[in-house]
Amino acid sequence: MREIFLIIQKEFRQIFRNKQMVGAMLFMPLIQLLILANAATFEMKNLRIFIVDKDFSSLSRKITSKFEASNYFIITGNSTNTKKAEDFLHKRETDLYLEIPLDFEKNLFRNNSSNVQLTINAIDGVKAAMGMQYAANIILDANKELLQKHTNPGTMNVSTNIIKSINVSNLNWFNEEMDYKTFMVPGILVVLISVIGLFLTSLNIVREKEIGTIEQLNVTPIKKYQLIIGKLVPFWVLGLFLFGLGLVLAKLLYNIPFLGSPILLFTIAGIYLTLVLGIGLLISTFTETQQQAMFLTWFFTVIFILMSGLFTAVENMPNWAQNITLFNPLRYMIESVRMVMLKGSGFSDVKIHILILIGFSVLMNSLAVLNYHKRV
Amino acid sequence: MKRFFAFVYKEILHIKRDPRTLLILIGMPTVQLLLFGYAITNEIRDAKIAILDLSKDSETQKITNKMLSSGYFILYEYLDSYDDIERAFKKGKIKIALVFENNFAENLTKQGTANIQLISDATDPNTGNSLQNYTQSILNNYLLEENKLAAIPLRVNVDVKMRYNEELKGTFLFVPGLITMLLMLISAMMTSISLTREKEIGAMELLLVSPMKPIQVIIAKVVPYLVLGFIDGIIILAFGNLVFGVVVRGSLLLLFIEGIIFITSALTLGILISSIANSQQVALIISLMGLMLPTMLLSDFIYPIANMPEWLQVITNIIPARWFNVIIKDIMLKGSSIEYIYKETLILIGFTVFFIIVSVKKYKVRLQ
Repeated sequence: MREIFLIIQKEFRQIFRNKQMVGAMLFMPLIQLLILANAATFEMKNLRIFIVDKDFSSLSRKITSKFEASNYFIITGNSTNTKKAEDFLHKRETDLYLEIPLDFEKNLFRNNSSNVQLTINAIDGVKAAMGMQYAANIILDANKELLQKHTNPGTMNVSTNIIKSINVSNLNWFNEEMDYKTFMVPGILVVLISVIGLFLTSLNIVREKEIGTIEQLNVTPIKKYQLIIGKLVPFWVLGLFLFGLGLVLAKLLYNIPFLGSPILLFTIAGIYLTLVLGIGLLISTFTETQQQAMFLTWFFTVIFILMSGLFTAVENMPNWAQNITLFNPLRYMIESVRMVMLKGSGFSDVKIHILILIGFSVLMNSLAVLNYHKRV
Repeated sequence: MKRFFAFVYKEILHIKRDPRTLLILIGMPTVQLLLFGYAITNEIRDAKIAILDLSKDSETQKITNKMLSSGYFILYEYLDSYDDIERAFKKGKIKIALVFENNFAENLTKQGTANIQLISDATDPNTGNSLQNYTQSILNNYLLEENKLAAIPLRVNVDVKMRYNEELKGTFLFVPGLITMLLMLISAMMTSISLTREKEIGAMELLLVSPMKPIQVIIAKVVPYLVLGFIDGIIILAFGNLVFGVVVRGSLLLLFIEGIIFITSALTLGILISSIANSQQVALIISLMGLMLPTMLLSDFIYPIANMPEWLQVITNIIPARWFNVIIKDIMLKGSSIEYIYKETLILIGFTVFFIIVSVKKYKVRLQ
């Protein structure tokens, strides 16, 4: 037991001796947590639209003013020249443009129908589709008003009876204000402690290899398991500390709901960290230099993050990719933390997550220990 | 000059001697592109929906069929009462619940308007939002068809042209973003680590007492990595084209030149980090923790910058990847020429100059 404590003591000393390291380790994740949580929204507002009105009729002006009044659009400019609009689109100064052709209104009354044209920058397909939706709705609205005005009362049950419409009332359960920060903060926090835990363990051991001190440790009477435990415990404590600190900050600054049990949350975090450290240890047994360890760890980290459902939902991925995420520990961790914090799920709800995390942890740590050779 | 090349040669030997790292540097971005090109998408697919149909008539059936055949939704269950909705959400299985009011068809045909209630699980506001939008658009299409039959007078038709990405493919958005992210991270990490490594093992001092100027030493160290980064870029681009059909509509030469400018800015950022960090671990934490998430989130890669709060939009200006993202999308997808992207190019060059000046100031040439 004493040996383990001595190693833990040595590790803590080494960590805190490097002031830069402590700073980078504590502040960078927390600052990022607070800033980046604000970035993650697909909710569109302020789509920029350019209007080419060649008609100058009362109807075309009505459509323009409807766009002006809409919450979704900002009019970036108008002109009678389509070239100008094309140029705006190309220069990224507008997201879409609406062209109302000459004699638009005249044709409408003469032919009973008339066309307008929407041209949309579709590089972001989802955004383009929604922009189209919003714009089409506004035009439809203008169309309806026109109809109501121009249909004569005799024939016109048309406006009230035949034009069908459906009212949709949207209810947002569990998060009425649709605050996306509450969804992102737990996820980003988990990513940050994972990255810190993973890199610190893998690099720490490889560093001892690189500068040769691992051999000195190997010739001491310390047993393999003591060495490994002694090395992992400090990072486990640090990770948990960081997790707690992040939660407190998130609660204070963003008032993130905390519905579930803190004990359950920290239990999950504790288990998860043993898994993360196990992976770090495993990587360190495979690599010889910090450079190698770093790139290998980076490779897995990026995959873990982007395939965890943190930024883009797992359900949207193709099936084979969804199957890959079954082996992604980060996915289980983020899911369970979100469930416990935001929905107040209890132990029975996240039981499976916990079991899987424990399974992974046992597997990774055993592999790492088996692969760790205490000899020169 | 000969001396300089000797230094470059030394660095190449270093890289060659460690084939594992080399393999990692070339192989990883490829694997990641292939994986993420498919997996990262903001298009919703098969969201589980529960339907409470209080009317059970032909119209609600039509709408239900339309919803379920759209590909966005997959039926989880039909509910019998309002109380079931809460239960279905608590089980955590459904993303959205749709309620048709009583006498839906009758209201629609007689009064011209009927009501639908849409309840989404807003713990994930992004998905909730998208699902609401998709539903709205399905309903609009339904109404459009219904109203068409009624031969409405004075109809305004909307023609839509989707520019630059006619089929609305997600890969068109994400492949350029992935190239940017991978180049940024790999380049910055490579230089910062390899330079601090020399510092840590003491070899930097040997290099600095040589007759070479410090700046030459650093440039010689960086050149091989520039080539490596460039090769990475080409590989990713080739795969993006072969596998995902993302074409380069603009000039390939311009794209390469811009690529080199961007890689250089990332490499010089790596130099800057190494001039501040006192150990490989610190260099790594800064270049990785400091760059990974901000590059993913603040560069217009996954989340559109235009949606962010204003103060955050200002912050994104200091992310070099954000500017290259504009450049690469413009060249690849719009076929833009330099006149449309010269501003972004100048900003990248500005970053590079700034990083170089600061690191030269910060570099301790002397032994302590």
